[in-house]
Amino acid sequence: MDFLAPFIEVYTTDHLRFLLEGFWVTLKVAAISIVLSFIFGGIVGTLRYAKIPVVSQLLAVIVETIRNLPLLLIIFFTYFALPEIGIEMEITAAAIAALTVFESAMISEIIRSGLNSIEKGQIEAGRASGLNYIQTLRYIIMPQALRRMVPPLVSQFISLLKDTSLAVVIALPDVLHNGQIIYAQKGSYVVPVLVIVSFMYFIVNYALSMIARRLELKQI
Amino acid sequence: MDLFLEGLKITIIASLIALICSFILGTLIAVMRIAPFKLLNWVGTAYVEFIRNIPVLVIVFFTFLVGNFGGMTAGTIGLTIYTAAFIAEAIRAGILSVPKGQMEAARSTGLTYGQAMRMVILPQAIKIVIPPLGNQFINLVKNSSLLAVVAGGDLMYQGDLISAMTYATFDTYILVGLFYLIITIPLSLGVAFLEKRLARSN
Repeated sequence: MDFLAPFIEVYTTDHLRFLLEGFWVTLKVAAISIVLSFIFGGIVGTLRYAKIPVVSQLLAVIVETIRNLPLLLIIFFTYFALPEIGIEMEITAAAIAALTVFESAMISEIIRSGLNSIEKGQIEAGRASGLNYIQTLRYIIMPQALRRMVPPLVSQFISLLKDTSLAVVIALPDVLHNGQIIYAQKGSYVVPVLVIVSFMYFIVNYALSMIARRLELKQI
Repeated sequence: MDLFLEGLKITIIASLIALICSFILGTLIAVMRIAPFKLLNWVGTAYVEFIRNIPVLVIVFFTFLVGNFGGMTAGTIGLTIYTAAFIAEAIRAGILSVPKGQMEAARSTGLTYGQAMRMVILPQAIKIVIPPLGNQFINLVKNSSLLAVVAGGDLMYQGDLISAMTYATFDTYILVGLFYLIITIPLSLGVAFLEKRLARSN
């Protein structure tokens, strides 16, 4: 049972507390980014759906560009390149900003395709019954579309939580960063630390995907 | 500029190798999840659920620090392990979409389960699997930027080096971004086209 020795050695109360502190940072950064990117993604998705001339096309170009770039590049860019043009942020703010930009683009696509999945007849019926365009969107299209968007949104949130780990490259003190500090002490600590970090992510994400699955079943 | 092209080459090679390997591994896992053996089902499901719910960066660190590989090899293996879980799900969905009668018919003509899977079910499933596979390839190209974290010599890594040497961080990262877009935008358009065609043929 020699291979278990480093596990027992690493899992001290101090180390576990240190890792949980890091995971708390991960969860906080992820939660803030989820809320922000849901708001921005919602606005962008709706604007694209509404097909406002010029605005929609402009947003389409921006969304497609961001979606096709690696998140890591966006994080590096936000933290290292933006100061060159005078926009300086501290680490946590830069991580949240980069995640929000990237995930807003992803979420806007989910919102847009959710809205598109509602038949056009619904808009016509809404308008015919005397509602204006905004009211039709709010009271008729949105409530139906939102229900269909829940499963893809939850899996996007799972991605976001996983993506938060990329912020270690700018030294965000998240769970992976704290893990690195612990295993820097000794080579044999690497496996036990990475195993427990994986399980922390797994537990939260698996719970989220279970919720998503339950919601999906409820709809059918 | 030479450094950029060198990085571009490594990004493309690493993504392609990871795609091929994770396609093979993913198919195996998908078949394991469907095969009529409880133990195999369980192993396949555990793999998919666990890997899909942890960050790819953790996996890449794991292969880099635990295995005795260089950055590029470790990164490619890490990407393969991660992407295989997603490809397995896509392929499983494809296989399940083939009507059950096909398997029964194939078995009753005397094929074994393995033969029926290989010669009857998988060729039909592949059609449905191609668009999600394309999406996974786009993700792979983007995720291959993680090679930079383990000194894998890819596009992102070269960009970091150049920006550290020249201090022209802003311009360098914009250029790196353009290089990624040159690869990913045509892929995205291709996938969108395939999805539309598939939707029409059904």
